Amino acid sequence: MTRQEILDELKKVLAPYTADKEALAKVDENTDLIKDLKINSANLVDIIIDAESKYNIEIDYDSADRMTNVGSCIDVISEKMGQGQV
Amino acid sequence: MYKNILNLLPYKSSFRFVDHISSLDTDGVVGEYTLKEDAFFYEDHFAGNPVTPGVIVTEIMAQIGLVVLGIFLILHESDVNFTEDELMFPLLTSTDVSFYKMVLPGQRVIVKSQKQYFRFGKLKCYVEMLDTNNELIAKGMFSGIIKNAGFKK
Repeated sequence: MTRQEILDELKKVLAPYTADKEALAKVDENTDLIKDLKINSANLVDIIIDAESKYNIEIDYDSADRMTNVGSCIDVISEKMGQGQV
Repeated sequence: MYKNILNLLPYKSSFRFVDHISSLDTDGVVGEYTLKEDAFFYEDHFAGNPVTPGVIVTEIMAQIGLVVLGIFLILHESDVNFTEDELMFPLLTSTDVSFYKMVLPGQRVIVKSQKQYFRFGKLKCYVEMLDTNNELIAKGMFSGIIKNAGFKK
């Protein structure tokens, strides 16, 4: 999966957790989940869990800690997907 | 063990809504509370017609369903020491509750909670409140975290 493909899928994962559909439509790698999309910080856990089942990966505490903006989410997801294929 | 957890609840006197825990394991909890006839909110909610406010029903569900279970899970799964850090306290992060019956002064209610997940310090549970006839009073999804718990897993 390319970064763009992951980003397109990630938008669908994020959609239920943000009321700001305009911001969601404009999402890029620099979009901050809390500041830009106004996601409840506790819902980041739900996003991680949804991403795990969507991409069939497991995200550990340290990786989860890094997932603050869209770019870092894509980093973690592509890393974990790579590991899964080995 | 259950008694120990009741002692760790940070709520005092008029805002403590747990009397008894009847079962508790890593998947869920069952507990109960009897509404005090002289609770502070009845005088004004409503004058001459005391009914337990929905926020108090929600609070009872959260204290038994999330906080009791959350403390148990943290004690069970990590080295957090509750007595050493008094800045630690539970925070409700979201609820979605539906109410079916009123709760009146003096009534005993039973709260049953089933864990959906406990990850990265967040506990999410499906919680039901029942009356003594086993009829549904309220149900909903509850999520919360322990502020300042600072554990890494």
